[in-house]
Amino acid sequence: MTTDAAAPAAATRVAPSLAVEELAYSYPDGHQALRGVTLRIERGERVALLGPNGAGKTTLVLHLNGILAPGHGTVSVGGLPVTRQNLQEIRRRVGIVFQDPDDQLFMPTVAEDVAFGPANFGVTGAELAARVDAALATVGMSEHRDRSPLHLSGGQRRRVALATVLACEPEILVLDEPSTNLDPVARRELAEVLLGLDATMLMVTHDLPYALQLCPRSVILDDGVVVADGPTRELLADAELLRQHRLELPYGFRLD
Amino acid sequence: MAAGHAHPLYRSGDSPVHRLPPEVKIVAALVGVCCVVATPRTAFGVFAGYLALLAGIWVLAELPFGWILRRSVIELPFVALVVLLPFTGEGPRVDVLGLSLSEPGLHGAWNILAKGTLGVLTSLTLAGTTPLRDLLLGLQRLHAPQLVVTIATLMLRYVDVIAAEAQRMRIARISRGHDPRFLWQAGATARGIGALFVRSYERGERVHLAMLSRGWTGTLPQLSDRRTTARQWLTGLVPAAAALGLAVTGWVIA
Repeated sequence: MTTDAAAPAAATRVAPSLAVEELAYSYPDGHQALRGVTLRIERGERVALLGPNGAGKTTLVLHLNGILAPGHGTVSVGGLPVTRQNLQEIRRRVGIVFQDPDDQLFMPTVAEDVAFGPANFGVTGAELAARVDAALATVGMSEHRDRSPLHLSGGQRRRVALATVLACEPEILVLDEPSTNLDPVARRELAEVLLGLDATMLMVTHDLPYALQLCPRSVILDDGVVVADGPTRELLADAELLRQHRLELPYGFRLD
Repeated sequence: MAAGHAHPLYRSGDSPVHRLPPEVKIVAALVGVCCVVATPRTAFGVFAGYLALLAGIWVLAELPFGWILRRSVIELPFVALVVLLPFTGEGPRVDVLGLSLSEPGLHGAWNILAKGTLGVLTSLTLAGTTPLRDLLLGLQRLHAPQLVVTIATLMLRYVDVIAAEAQRMRIARISRGHDPRFLWQAGATARGIGALFVRSYERGERVHLAMLSRGWTGTLPQLSDRRTTARQWLTGLVPAAAALGLAVTGWVIA
């Protein structure tokens, strides 16, 4: 966030945290997952990405940090285009928290895992230690720093996974299904941590109440295109829109 | 530093041996084992010397003899064949307790037994005083191949995850009445192992993606900047030097 030198000449206005233009992608087996997605997220926005299974949400996420290369269209993060040359800086700017913390946490101890990202991006010594301390403090896991991720509860693992990404000081935080497999208390605790962050956020989720609680704006993706983009409350109150795209509020919920 | 990774071969403590940097201990153990292997098999006194040296380290490291002994049972399957050598060996024979045994066979058996046991005891001493995590750190500092260190680190983390997954699959199987008693009923178990392999493979891919997303470049960053001093090297290599002295003695007297 500190180095904006790479941003293009448009110095008068701040470049959006995320700009996706006409993104299309088909998998090698021919399945067309994205058919021209355009999405712009300004700095500091919290946006929920909703959509049924198979809508292309995960494919879109994997484009944001260059794991998949677009067939057509462009992605840029904080003004820096996602290209092969910029890959390392892009991966620092885009912090993805994956769905299963066991996939994300692979080092023997919590503190080492949190240090893994920033160390890869060239942070060393006292600054690295400070980053680790700050990230663990933000998610309230400082006292577990020397434990193995294996011995943590689901909610704790999720918060450590968040810390591993926060330690990289990303431009945009991307959360893939952050509330799955969490008990209600862990779910609320995670929401409190997320609401306390001063970060741009894109949250991929099926948990519509969670989207409403955390994200003022929502985008619905279906069959590889953006079909709706607006205030979360308005989208979720539109029962017809939700029904068309295989989304529904949990039993007993009503928004009007 | 590796509080979460107690393994059955490790005995936590705060002795001078525990506090030595892992790479020093690895080098010392390796030198010790090489010396043992290079010692002529007839230098019986020298082998006693090695044992005394190890016993000295156990006292220093506060490892009880019984604790070491129980864990050295691991050697048994490997030395079982040794029992056969004196009976099947060629050459001149000697009578022991009314049995006619081959002399080269006896020497061969002793050679394998003594060297194998000392090797196992040395490894147990290293494992008993060094947590797994630190062993990996030591290998990394000794510039062991990067890929090996990475694989070992990932194994250390995921072996429990995979074991838990296997356990859940087993419980799900027996909950549906699966009770294999004969080999031909083990099909479901075998398919379970296949499924576990595929799942682990897929998890491997997801872990790799997550690592790439945090800037993985192919090498694990060195996360501890504790420096090993020349003094620590000197202290740690004293037993290795003693072992070297014993080996040379062995060659001189043999």
